[in-house]
Amino acid sequence: MISIEMHNVSLGYGGKAVLMDIDLRVRPGEMVGLIGPNGCGKSTIIRAFSRIISPFSGRILVDGRDITKLARQKMARLIGVVPQLPILPSAFTAFEIVLMGRNPHLGFLQYEGPKEIGIAWEAMARTGTQSLAERRVSELSGGEIQGLLIARVLAQETEAILLDEPTANLDIGRQIEILDLIGKLCSQDNLAVLAALHDLNLAAQYCDRLVLLHQGRVYAEGSPWEVITSGNIAEVYGAESCVYSHPVNGLPCVLLQAGNGRLPGRIDTHKKGFNAG
Amino acid sequence: MNSTPPVFMLHWRGRVYGIIGLIILLAVVVAFATTVGSVSIPFLTIYGILFSKLPLIEIAPQWTSTLETIVIDIRLPRIILAGLVGGALAAAGATYQGLFRNPLADPYLIGVAQGAALGAVIGFLLPPGWHEVRFGIIPLLAFTGALLSTAVVYMLARVGKTLPVTTLILAGVALGALLASIVSYLIISSGEKIHGIMFWLMGSFSLSQWSEAIIVLPYVLVGLLVLLLYARSLNLMQLDEEQAQQLGINVERLKLILLGAATLITAAAVSFVGIIGFVGIIIPHAVRLLWGADHRFLLPLSILTGAIFLILADVVARTVLAPTEIPIGVITALFGAPFFLYLLRRRKRVIF
Repeated sequence: MISIEMHNVSLGYGGKAVLMDIDLRVRPGEMVGLIGPNGCGKSTIIRAFSRIISPFSGRILVDGRDITKLARQKMARLIGVVPQLPILPSAFTAFEIVLMGRNPHLGFLQYEGPKEIGIAWEAMARTGTQSLAERRVSELSGGEIQGLLIARVLAQETEAILLDEPTANLDIGRQIEILDLIGKLCSQDNLAVLAALHDLNLAAQYCDRLVLLHQGRVYAEGSPWEVITSGNIAEVYGAESCVYSHPVNGLPCVLLQAGNGRLPGRIDTHKKGFNAG
Repeated sequence: MNSTPPVFMLHWRGRVYGIIGLIILLAVVVAFATTVGSVSIPFLTIYGILFSKLPLIEIAPQWTSTLETIVIDIRLPRIILAGLVGGALAAAGATYQGLFRNPLADPYLIGVAQGAALGAVIGFLLPPGWHEVRFGIIPLLAFTGALLSTAVVYMLARVGKTLPVTTLILAGVALGALLASIVSYLIISSGEKIHGIMFWLMGSFSLSQWSEAIIVLPYVLVGLLVLLLYARSLNLMQLDEEQAQQLGINVERLKLILLGAATLITAAAVSFVGIIGFVGIIIPHAVRLLWGADHRFLLPLSILTGAIFLILADVVARTVLAPTEIPIGVITALFGAPFFLYLLRRRKRVIF
């Protein structure tokens, strides 16, 4: 069981800071959602946690240890990443892609044995991707590839999982399926899960805690009810919205409201239709 | 839910059979290539001569010593050198293609060939006194030129602590063009030496001897061993570099190791026999078409196929217009390209 943390971290590209003074902690068994408008730095945080980019200042800790002190292979046994729209080699089969998740557990001269193959196969069963196993990546849809990436991260058997828009390419049925699975893993296996999410409703439904990024800083942080407010949404996204309580589980849900230019005539028509019915 | 792990899905069995089959084929091709030439020697005699050279085997010679000299001292070193060079170029090509994630990559992409060519041409133009160095000044200069040009490309392409692949390719192509223009100028002003230079540039095994095969051998063996050891990591590089890192690969170190090994074997291969084209780009693709893209199999299968292909190409090069020899680069493209196009049309699926 491990926590992942950022202390006072500033991040950016080519000397230009995108995020400043970020403090963030994900504990074992906790699912934290990163939300915020396009370009606010959600993916940047995920890339920093997996040491793709290094911070200008501050410290990033995994299991209490500074990640700059960890070897790549060791890191890959602790943190798994589901990237957004990754490049996958089209000539490999889906099964071979999932099996790559076992790489951090293999020694220099080792090939994948029955144990590795079994773990990868099981991961495909849990994500409902077994039927794709022999297909080549070039033949798969965006949603199927997303399922494979989740299977790969399961096969990696890490203690923390970072997800960058895991539901971006999925229909609503698959969105729920994948997030249910991740949520279950998170609480059953005590994984620390950090997910960048676009969809505020999904974020509110699934995450224990939300972190709202705006203008390079953490704008709000806390439970879904603390973070998802009409005020915050108006300030950060510049969009009008109503926040309601979900009729079944009482979590916040966001209803968006069309801007002024689109309204008068259509509202009348809809109201008429409603009255007539 | 099916809980049986699908070992069959890795298709490892077919690939292992492929390797075994190609090893046998290589042995047959070596023997066959030894039979062909100005004096044709029967198959059985060849095997007799070859086996009699192995330790612990006693075979009463039923052949003349001239025949033995032809087989052992003239044909065999040439065949072995062709095999080594073919295997080396094919493996280097597969590695560069994998490392750059670019199907157009070949062993000469980042300046090795142009560097070697410049070195060799300078060697040709040196006054006769220089050519008394043991093993010849031309291979030495070609080898040095190949390594130097790659080193320069490497230094030009570095950005901070990283080596972006695109920068590497661009730097390689640019420096290659610069060196090629110098080579062209030197060729034009080379006078009566132009024939020798052109012949070297297109590649030839006509001057092969044991001494050369033995110099090339250790470089190629060590380089190939390194490439084979890192084959699984090379598979992960087929994802993007970010994913490879997230799956535990030290990408920058891997690039350095693979580039170093592939460049070393390419430089060793071309320094004695010239710039043999086509093997390094086409053989890996043909192997991918037949056996898939997993580098743990792609590399050994490419080595064997490359060796077989170049040995056979050399047989054609030295027999078709005998006693005149055709540059081997002409043969590799002439026979390799149609065969590859046939494979490409037969298997209409994504291979890269």
